[in-house]
Amino acid sequence: MRKTRRRNIKITISLAHYFTTDKMNNFSYTQAATAKEATGIRKDKADAAYIAGGTTLLDLMKAHLEEHSQLVDINALPFRGIEQTKDGLRIGAMERMSDVGENALVLQQYPAVSESLLLAASPQLRNMASIGGNMLQRTRCGYFRDAAFPCNKRVPGSGCPAIAGDNHNLAILGTSDACIATAYPGDLSVALAAFDAVLTLENAKGKQRRVPVTEFYLLPGKTPQKETVLEPGELIVAVTIPAAPHAQRSTYLKVRERSSYAYALASAAVGLDVQAGTIRSARVALGGVGAQPWRSSEAEKVLTGAPATEATFRAAAAAALRGAQPYKENAFKVELAQNTLVQALLKVAG
Amino acid sequence: MDTAEPSFFETNPKAGSVGQPLSRVDGRDKVTGKARYSAEYNSLPGLVHAVLKTSDVAKGRITGFDTSAALKQPGVLAILTHQNLPKLAKTPNDPEGKKAIGAPMGFLPLTSDQIHYAGQPVAVVVADTLERAQYAAALVRVQVTAEKPLASYEDPQAKLFDPEKVQDGKTPGHTVRGNPQAAFAAAPVQLTHKYDHAINHHNPMEPGSTTAHWEAADRLTVYESTQGVTRTQKALSTMLGLAAEQVRVVTKYIGGGFGCKGSTWPHTILTVQAAKAVGRPVKLALTRQQQFTSMGHREDQTQTLKVGASKDGKLLALIHEKTSTTSLWDNYAEPNSRIINLLYACPAFESSYQLARANVMTSTFTRAPGEAPGSFAIECSMDDLAYQLGIDPLEIRLRNHADKDPTNGKPWSSKSLKQCYARGAELFGWSKRNPKNGQTRDGRLLVGWGMATASYPVHNNQGTARVRLYADGHALVQTGATDLGTGTYTVMTQVAADSLWLTPDKVRFELGDTKLPTAPNSGGSVAAGTVSSSIYMAAQEVWQKLIKLAVKDPKSPLYRAQVAEVMVDNGRLMLKANKSKGEDFAALMKRNEMADVEGNGNGKYGAGYESGLAPGPASSGHQDDQAGHSMHSFGAHFCEVKVDPELGTVRVTRWVSVHAAGRILNAKTARSQIIGGSIFGIGAALMEATSRDPNYARYTNASLADYHIPVNADIPAMTVEFIDEHDPYINAMGVKGIGEISMVGVSAAVANAVFHATGKRVRSLPITPDKILAAKEVQV
Repeated sequence: MRKTRRRNIKITISLAHYFTTDKMNNFSYTQAATAKEATGIRKDKADAAYIAGGTTLLDLMKAHLEEHSQLVDINALPFRGIEQTKDGLRIGAMERMSDVGENALVLQQYPAVSESLLLAASPQLRNMASIGGNMLQRTRCGYFRDAAFPCNKRVPGSGCPAIAGDNHNLAILGTSDACIATAYPGDLSVALAAFDAVLTLENAKGKQRRVPVTEFYLLPGKTPQKETVLEPGELIVAVTIPAAPHAQRSTYLKVRERSSYAYALASAAVGLDVQAGTIRSARVALGGVGAQPWRSSEAEKVLTGAPATEATFRAAAAAALRGAQPYKENAFKVELAQNTLVQALLKVAG
Repeated sequence: MDTAEPSFFETNPKAGSVGQPLSRVDGRDKVTGKARYSAEYNSLPGLVHAVLKTSDVAKGRITGFDTSAALKQPGVLAILTHQNLPKLAKTPNDPEGKKAIGAPMGFLPLTSDQIHYAGQPVAVVVADTLERAQYAAALVRVQVTAEKPLASYEDPQAKLFDPEKVQDGKTPGHTVRGNPQAAFAAAPVQLTHKYDHAINHHNPMEPGSTTAHWEAADRLTVYESTQGVTRTQKALSTMLGLAAEQVRVVTKYIGGGFGCKGSTWPHTILTVQAAKAVGRPVKLALTRQQQFTSMGHREDQTQTLKVGASKDGKLLALIHEKTSTTSLWDNYAEPNSRIINLLYACPAFESSYQLARANVMTSTFTRAPGEAPGSFAIECSMDDLAYQLGIDPLEIRLRNHADKDPTNGKPWSSKSLKQCYARGAELFGWSKRNPKNGQTRDGRLLVGWGMATASYPVHNNQGTARVRLYADGHALVQTGATDLGTGTYTVMTQVAADSLWLTPDKVRFELGDTKLPTAPNSGGSVAAGTVSSSIYMAAQEVWQKLIKLAVKDPKSPLYRAQVAEVMVDNGRLMLKANKSKGEDFAALMKRNEMADVEGNGNGKYGAGYESGLAPGPASSGHQDDQAGHSMHSFGAHFCEVKVDPELGTVRVTRWVSVHAAGRILNAKTARSQIIGGSIFGIGAALMEATSRDPNYARYTNASLADYHIPVNADIPAMTVEFIDEHDPYINAMGVKGIGEISMVGVSAAVANAVFHATGKRVRSLPITPDKILAAKEVQV
């Protein structure tokens, strides 16, 4: 983001250009009482959208980045509650970020999840935003956020100016020639990816399926516009996080350019089960550096069975970033993400 | 009524006086929403809404519009483009017009088919509601032939040139004092360093906004978010071909300006023309994104500073070069060299400016224009010099203390910098500083201390005010000044109260209207000194009139006394030689059946006050040099940071600012202003940067989510003190002003603390984690 120099690469600027600012259409608003009612509306209307807290959707609509003819309010849906189940802690998708972040069970069993929520956004936003909506927030890439720029995610095939432009806070892992955005810019899903959380989804037929968070998000590849495995109209019902010693001994470390109300330059959700100085199991996911929440099995492999020492942690961090592909302005993220991961591991190792 | 005056007359009933921490007289109106800003005159008859349609591309030519769909929308009243904008008598598109208007930018959009910068307005859509105007604007299709733009001076295609003058002709492009090249070459100690500064935007909370009301074909009232109603009146009346008095500008409240509201930008005249086209009052408020391309910015710039010094740390030569981006029409660069030339005793100085044109709008004054980035360069270099020579950073500044103005040899009107250093050091605990860098830890964090000097000129200016004292013991005080939110309403109420020996609750102070006596722009820190002096002078005229009345009144105890023999104290007129002989002003007025007595005052500020010369027109420069004394405020900032060496994050953990700026009118609002300026500077030091895409010349972070300004968690408790300073040369009230100096030196104090903590010298603002990680450690 700071000083940028033009690079010798070919930039295509179309000679005939229309200022095609999307119009903010009138839209209708419906409150759905049941999941069936909500998915039923979406089934018949491709451009309808669900609205819960609205903290991300309304921004996208006001900036002409998304257009919807109908908003289906799902706040009345019974996707609530934070309860212990045999599979782990089950959190309803409509629970608010602040409620989940401050929940005693979450704090006790998954400190990293609590921290990821409470370090995000602002108190006002956390009080409004649902965790299901949080998982579907969209990239902060400046080219995506301004409809005047080309963007393959917004307009497939239009190009990615970020590659030769302002990529200060974009991804270095899992990117493609089509898109280098951190498609999910937030925090919660990074922690959920680390601790093997599983989403429960429900489609218009009322059929539910379970998808691990690590499989929920899609890498950009040639289709950066497709960001998750959600089918049209499908709802996030709940997220279930299995209990585990490494989840109990966990943390979420977030590095950003100001102390609050900023997206991560790099973040790490880590958990360790250490016994007699040896790591029995480890979980590692990175935020701010991957095209999607970045679970690192490479780092976990290095950690598992190794002594809980800084040397081990450094080796794990190196492994996590081995495949990184930095661009001109975000090369610092390779070192920063490694250091972030090491600091997080040192903290949980105690 | 929409033109109702603010209603805080009954607040602050306790007796207050100048210097006391009086609470804001307008505070209640602000927190209850009663205070009306320029986009809130919503009950004007038939008020409608305008929306700007702006250019996606930074360079090109408009080849056509398709407005058919937009015009069919319900409620749409007009779509103005360069094809149908009502003609103006003058535009800033030629140098003569620009000068006559006092325009900040030599280009007015909607006067041709050319597109010169991203975000340039290409159409104005007017409709009966804001939503309908927005919707219709989105339906307007603009066909453009786009070309590849230039984004900045860093573009390999950019052509650098040496301007004869910069800052709209106010600052020479090249200045030499002494023999700097030879002095530098011969200096035993030589430093050469480059300093980068990112683009910064003012981002006031209130965006630029205009409500234009043609009350008759030749009579216009504009409610405008401006730092100066008179300057706006001049700009609009000149463009419209009207006499000044045919244009009334009203600004009762401003939600921050920081320089971006110091001039009249295109959206204001476009709103006025839209109102003319539809024959109804029209309101326009910039969106936050449009704010980034509508009212200027602090330009992207690189400075190179060469410092030559003796081995005991005395400066021998300073050579400064600045390279920056400007627009296609104007040679604007903020005058960084001014403070570098002035801050320390140094026999040789040279400065030169280089510019490159790019597809950007013209940059403009941004809080402490020139002084903020200039002080970053000189104050980091002074720190380097101190470390290199093993001298304490405070000590090296004392060794180079300028006992007189090095630029012209004149004595200072007042200078209490040494006291600021001493008090700041004492409050901060500077004597406990570890002379070595990278040595102090708090757990994993590195702790560092830094300091820097601040200075800002007392620019030549003047203003007028009117005071009406009523026999029943209250007063109406009026001047066409503006209150940016800093406390002008409050401090002027105090000044008037003291000048009239009334309690503040008896004073009604009105500002922000061209119908009132002319006052200068609130900018360049001139408002407090100029306006307070004007009021004081007007009050003196009131008393002189009453004295003259008394000595001619056979019923007065002062009958037949000489005017010069009479004085006033606590509202009582009396003989100087025999104070028991006299009477209260109210008794005098009532006996003479005078309901009120009015006085007018002309307050001169800066060089004009001492020299008696009138200030010249703004375009001729400040003429700050015409008096026998050099007039500046001074101060010092002390900063502690904690740096995470692994993560590159910097947190300011302690802050001390001590300033000497003449008389301080209100301890509370002054402290708030120093805190605000320091936070502004911490923002520039650590996080504020607008990113302009190098290929599209369009900003990529034009929102307050992505353009970071400090949040509360970034700022520690701050200690602010003032050194008492009596300065008889600068104006009748002895006030220097503090709007700018609060920010000067701040980024250097932070950078110096980072260096002390880490041994890493980051010379590129803002100091973000990527730069901390990339910087090399230098142990000294």
